Amino acid sequence: MKTYDKLIFELSRPGRKGYSLPEDNYNTNGFDSIPKDLLRKDEASLPEVGELEVVRHYTNLSNKNFGVDTGFYPLGSCTMKYNPKINEELSSLPSFTTLHPLQDESTVQGALELYWNLQNMLSNLAGLAEFTLNPYAGAHGELTGLMVMRQYHISRGDHKRKKVIVPDTAHGTNPASAMVAGLEVVEVKSKPNGSIDVEDLKPLLDDTVAGIMMTNPNTVGMFETEILEIADLVHRAGGLLYYDGANLNPLLGKVRPGDMGFDIMHINLHKTFSTPHGGGGPGSGPVGVASHLVNFLPNPKVVKNEDGTFSITNGEESLGNISTFMGNFGVMMKAYAYILTLGKENIKKVGPLATLNANYIKESLKDDYLLPIEGVCKHEFVFDGLKDKSTGVTTLNIAKRLLDYGFHAPTIYFPLLFHESMMIEPTETESKETLDDFIEVMHKVAKEAKENPDDVKNAPLTTIVRKLDETTAAKNPILSYKALKEAVK
Amino acid sequence: MPHTDEDIRKMLDKIGVETIDDLYSDVPSEVIFKGEYDIPSSMSEIELRKHFEDLGKKNQSLVIFAGGGVYDHYAPSVVNHLLQRSEFYTAYTPYQPEISQGTLQYIFEYQSMISELTGLESTNASMYDGATAAAEVMFMMVASSKKRNKVLISSTISERVLNVVMTYAKFHGVDVTVLPEKDGVTDIESMEAALKEGDVAGVLLPTPNKYGIIEDYSGVAEKIHGAKGYFGIYADPSTLAVLRTPAEWGADVACGDGQTLGMPLTFGGPYLGFISCAKSMLRKMPGRVVGVTKDADGKRAFVLTLQAREQHIRREKATSNICSNQSLMALYATIYLSLLGKKGLEEVNILSCDGAHYLYKLLMDSGKFTAVFDKPFLKEFVVNTSLDMEAVNAKLLKHGIQGGIILEDGKVEFAVTEKRTKEEIEKLVKLMVEE
Repeated sequence: MKTYDKLIFELSRPGRKGYSLPEDNYNTNGFDSIPKDLLRKDEASLPEVGELEVVRHYTNLSNKNFGVDTGFYPLGSCTMKYNPKINEELSSLPSFTTLHPLQDESTVQGALELYWNLQNMLSNLAGLAEFTLNPYAGAHGELTGLMVMRQYHISRGDHKRKKVIVPDTAHGTNPASAMVAGLEVVEVKSKPNGSIDVEDLKPLLDDTVAGIMMTNPNTVGMFETEILEIADLVHRAGGLLYYDGANLNPLLGKVRPGDMGFDIMHINLHKTFSTPHGGGGPGSGPVGVASHLVNFLPNPKVVKNEDGTFSITNGEESLGNISTFMGNFGVMMKAYAYILTLGKENIKKVGPLATLNANYIKESLKDDYLLPIEGVCKHEFVFDGLKDKSTGVTTLNIAKRLLDYGFHAPTIYFPLLFHESMMIEPTETESKETLDDFIEVMHKVAKEAKENPDDVKNAPLTTIVRKLDETTAAKNPILSYKALKEAVK
Repeated sequence: MPHTDEDIRKMLDKIGVETIDDLYSDVPSEVIFKGEYDIPSSMSEIELRKHFEDLGKKNQSLVIFAGGGVYDHYAPSVVNHLLQRSEFYTAYTPYQPEISQGTLQYIFEYQSMISELTGLESTNASMYDGATAAAEVMFMMVASSKKRNKVLISSTISERVLNVVMTYAKFHGVDVTVLPEKDGVTDIESMEAALKEGDVAGVLLPTPNKYGIIEDYSGVAEKIHGAKGYFGIYADPSTLAVLRTPAEWGADVACGDGQTLGMPLTFGGPYLGFISCAKSMLRKMPGRVVGVTKDADGKRAFVLTLQAREQHIRREKATSNICSNQSLMALYATIYLSLLGKKGLEEVNILSCDGAHYLYKLLMDSGKFTAVFDKPFLKEFVVNTSLDMEAVNAKLLKHGIQGGIILEDGKVEFAVTEKRTKEEIEKLVKLMVEE
């Protein structure tokens, strides 16, 4: 089945159909009354296929995919946890999925209660005053959080604060979000161990600084031990601290961002709170703030009334709307189920066990792979390729060889601190047996690199497709079936 | 969390520490959380299910006559079944194409189908929602025009979309002019006047508009292009199976919300936003894009392409910060469009349109409602009424019906989809007009 290679368009035959609709018994000339020049001239070339063909086609496509249910994802910074099945089922309850976002407030009280409960749980887990669940994704949360930051300064008449400090190791979304929010990015250097260089930070802290964006643990998985000093310096300079929740998992149950001095943060529900990644989305990126910033959160908001009912309101000082309605509600339902399943006791184990798993892999592999930063890591760590540099085998080769052995690749060539970065994050949901299997394969690949380097360099050898020609794809982009047909001609 | 005590012991030994707490010895002790969380104790699956069912009972599933950009369309049963394949929903972003051909291919099919609907050749892998897609189109126009910073947007676009666009514009520093409306459609003369003032990067107009009206954009493209601006259309993609396409109106770019492609309402999301554009704007289009290529054995394959535009390469020089797409919802749209196909989506529109006109006629015949605009509409329309609509809608709720949306000026907007029946429409009108 894995050799299946048809596009849905290639199955199309005129007159075939995969749907049924009721008879049109209205006897109006409604559609016919629309002037013809407002209608499209040619029919859209959508496929014409039967139901069984559609089912087989997409089932076959699913067989060409790797997911968390297929195997282990040691993907650094992506927190690829297991996605509990009950959460999928509960989030598709018709009593929620049939709710129109504009239907009467009295008929969506359960949905509003869920939103309210989740926002309060996140506030409590993060040590902050209030959350909005409206942002759709991590990057959208960053943007929203930075808008809160700017709105705060603007509300104080402090219009010159437009600089946001971003570590040179930050995820690409940090500087890009700052740009979209109308802020200027200033980079602060990292020390060789990946943590922020406080001496480099100090001269940047003038009265044009809006704030700083940080992850903690940082991008190499190390805790920023000088965080309290950094928070103090930034606050004294009049700036705010933004916490990028990409690396929250090792702190869940152990350290709250609010307690470290952060004023604003986003959480990726699709990382830390186990909602599935969906092949790239939908995610959810709730944003939390300290008490002095609550009024600036985006509209609309959910409030609890004195009689115990819930309402949707708009705040006057709010930065405005950043979503059509109230975010990816279906994703929130899954995160809410996850927190309730763990409960206040088990949630304390999440961060520590994720940290245990990462350190276990690191210690088990550091004889074969170059560990540039020694010491205890948190949820993830970085190798700088193989220890033995004489083989010519690169991090890319190793990543692709892992695919042959049934594992997803680690995050590679990020962070930019090292030439051969390979970032590994196992999460707490993997068993010791899975970690041991991965460790064994990593040793095997290191051995192959010495003994049969060509097998590693030509990897993957056993996947459905082999190494792809990405250059031609970018040089002459073919982005649709129509363009493909024309190119073949 | 599968570890046994023995597993943990062995792992700690390997690491060379005594306890898991030792792994946090680098964390200042004053920031370690020592309290108890204010969340409930662990729930079993039985308790969790009951909790969700209890919450669900506080909601009410209604027969819906509300629209406002979100419509109660029907999706065949197959869509949900296929979406539950965990090889799709538990997958990460397809950065490793060798083991992600399933995701990459359905995104390619999605791009192809949306391009068929809009008539524009390049579509991205999807955005968060229609409103954020519209904001990104505003940025695309500014970036493509290089030195211009003004964008004109019709006031006939959904106010919820406009609100989001205005937030993005305010922070990013784009100068947005909202064009006035005349008789329910964009005032094209004021657009021409604004174009004459210069500095206009682009114009964004809706179809159908916020009143459900299908606006006539004949000659508009010439006017915008004559002023060297980009022409964007905010469209309901479902309606493009029958309505004149953005490409046929001469637009350079189109965007909108994919919810109308049969997606569950789910209280506002997840849905998806789409962007399609002509070649001239491709390099400024945000988000992921999938293209065709070959593997080392010459086999056809799919891959993320044109990544040099994106934030992980360009950082603060990127035109957008987006780092994901609504991938699973793109799969939803793709399977929906595969099943409905060429004829089915046309039928959905005709059924919805005929139903809406049937309701319109019954309302007019009742004597309690009067026409507001004399303009062509598809599945949604606005009427005036002498009735106290707050009271009427409250009464409808008791009968399990969500009535029309009450607009700020007291007018009412109704939407009808193929899911509504003649009987439901007749019942709605009867309940509204009876004394």
